[in-house]
Amino acid sequence: MSAHPVEILRFNTCGSVDDGKSTLIGRLLYDSKSLMEDQLEALERSADLTGGGQINLANLTDGLRAEREQGITIDVAYRYVATPLRKFIVADTPGHVQYTRNMVTGASTANLSIVLVDARLGVIEQSRRHTYIASLLRIPHLVIAVNKMDLVGWSRERFQEIRDEFEKFLPLLDIKDVKFIPISALNGDNVVTPSAHTPWYEGPTLLGHLESVHIASDWNLQGLRFPVQWVNRPNNPRDPKLHDFRGLSGQIAGGFVRVGQRVMALPSGMKSTVEEIWTYDGSLPEAFCPQSVTIRLKDNIDISRGDMLVGLEHLPGMSTDLHGKVCWMNPRPLVAGRKYLLKHTTQTVQAVVTSLESRINIHTYDAEPAPGELAMNDIGTIRIKTAKPVIFDGYGTNRLTGAFILIEAGSNLTVAAGMLHVPTEAVRPEYNDFAI
Amino acid sequence: MTSYHLDHLDQLETEAIHILREVAAEFERPALLFSGGKDSICILRLAEKAFRPSDIPMPFLNIETGHEFPELIEFRDRRAAELGAKLIVRTVDDVLARGMAVQAAGEISRNKLQIPALLGAIEEFNFDACIGGARRDEEKARAKERFFSFRDAFGQWDPKNQRPEIWNLYNARLNPGENMRVFPLSNWTEMDVWQYIRREKLAVPTIYFSHERECFRRGGQWLPVPPEHRDPNKPDPYAGARPRPNEDRRRLVVRVRTIADMISTGMIESPAESVDDIIGEVSAARVTERGTRADDKASEAAMEDRKKAGYF
Repeated sequence: MSAHPVEILRFNTCGSVDDGKSTLIGRLLYDSKSLMEDQLEALERSADLTGGGQINLANLTDGLRAEREQGITIDVAYRYVATPLRKFIVADTPGHVQYTRNMVTGASTANLSIVLVDARLGVIEQSRRHTYIASLLRIPHLVIAVNKMDLVGWSRERFQEIRDEFEKFLPLLDIKDVKFIPISALNGDNVVTPSAHTPWYEGPTLLGHLESVHIASDWNLQGLRFPVQWVNRPNNPRDPKLHDFRGLSGQIAGGFVRVGQRVMALPSGMKSTVEEIWTYDGSLPEAFCPQSVTIRLKDNIDISRGDMLVGLEHLPGMSTDLHGKVCWMNPRPLVAGRKYLLKHTTQTVQAVVTSLESRINIHTYDAEPAPGELAMNDIGTIRIKTAKPVIFDGYGTNRLTGAFILIEAGSNLTVAAGMLHVPTEAVRPEYNDFAI
Repeated sequence: MTSYHLDHLDQLETEAIHILREVAAEFERPALLFSGGKDSICILRLAEKAFRPSDIPMPFLNIETGHEFPELIEFRDRRAAELGAKLIVRTVDDVLARGMAVQAAGEISRNKLQIPALLGAIEEFNFDACIGGARRDEEKARAKERFFSFRDAFGQWDPKNQRPEIWNLYNARLNPGENMRVFPLSNWTEMDVWQYIRREKLAVPTIYFSHERECFRRGGQWLPVPPEHRDPNKPDPYAGARPRPNEDRRRLVVRVRTIADMISTGMIESPAESVDDIIGEVSAARVTERGTRADDKASEAAMEDRKKAGYF
């Protein structure tokens, strides 16, 4: 590993149809020289056909025929930008309310979210919704890009007004790091190069901020969480060394693991010691989130996919009664009593939604109690009962062990994205040290 | 203190390994599409990392158009044998011979005919998942693709109605006859692939490096002159794909940047003799990788249309 590894920053852009979101990504690609000649030629071709000769940067990201026809973004498009300092995975997410589920898809893995605001319009309903979703998904960093500053005469006062509007409701949300940047995506001001029009703005350009914002702490490195993904048993009679090999393969979802460490398998509660951290490139003395490894234990205890190895400190919750927020993603509304499959880390269990506690009013952020249903794109708090215990953390503590999806049997559609509340009590293991 | 940092290749690698293990755990009969090209070469290394010391728990599948570069076939067979994997090859020739598909009049490329050949193989072996090396940075319809991309019983992709894919919780559930295409390299760029090949010291087919070759100019590209037709009792498989007298024909120092088959792959003039040279070339490149692919130039939605019909 080199001294200064090139990290990946994942960000998503949200905005309404005309906020200039796709134009902004086009501008980032264009000004950072990530665009190639054949892509520009294709743009020019389509400009001649449909745009009256003007290049439309949005055509770069709107990759589906239906999107180009309607001039809107329907589904997430991913773009890749590299600078000498960082690599970026850009999720261009739709802004329109009917595609909220696609926005959640693009935002769920992001380190940073860019909310675009039209300087003329200021904070509108969509800005509030996008900011709320960024907070709900616990995206660690937020950028409010006040776009089309050229159309308000580069007014410092207008920029400050919009900032003040945001400051009124940001304290209600779970976002730690917010940056406001005045830009013009169409002309490129403060996107890659500093603008001569904003001498009053002393902050970085958008790209400068993306290149420097601290993201190394975005992973959870507290207690070990190792959801077992696949039991690795070569069962190879040709090689005596491999004949008895039994490894637990998975991706570390929190904390780190060391050889010799005492660990507990859940839900059984049986304890053992880490014998080896096996990888294709050789054994490791320790490994950390989000590395993928294969762990061998000293004792041959019963563990299979869906179980979790945890450290003995910072224990997770374990329960068949779950409490959390969901974003509903299906045209058939959610009502209490419905059964679904719940996928959480590597475990899929039967689940029933026992009650709908509240629905979030996206305009006021108020929780309205006891809704009759959650319709598509609604966000609400629900209670779920599962057929088997789920081993989890609060989503605010760990995005990987606090998240779940609901799947509708039969149609097999993913109908909800869920975020669990902090467990009311940590797991209390029934068994003491495993003894043969 | 140790720095708990992963560089970009480590991050992409752990994401891809996680996906490969999800496939092994959640599907009953997965297959791994292996062409011998650079992307699927990376997938094989990732599969070794995901599953060793066990065997890679799925067969390799390749669909031949019949116009392959011989170097690629040789490399494919050798690599599969080295890894102890079962390699299944199905061909467009066979699909045509059995009347499962008909070549469109005037069309010489067999690119689209790979679709019925692939769907036929999926049906024959009851594959429920096919792992492919496609990347989102290749093409703008691909930029919309999920890691787990659902195909209905006709093999079709419905881009306007994809399953939400949230966090790393992949919904792998299918009804009988349906199929999942899985793309562990979705977030990799062409540069990442070459950097990974360098880091892992992976062998690649020799046609990626510069060599002398007979080429001819067509459609703004240098296409390879196909091998001679030797068997007069059979129709020429390269009919229509041979240089015409009015086309410029030259011996050039070239290499491939992306490989389809001989009919669909434009050669680029290049002195690159090593992976380092290629990385230098990619970082200075001013056209995209697929700018040399004739199959993508048909229209702005060429890839979207093929994917909807069941393409890789």
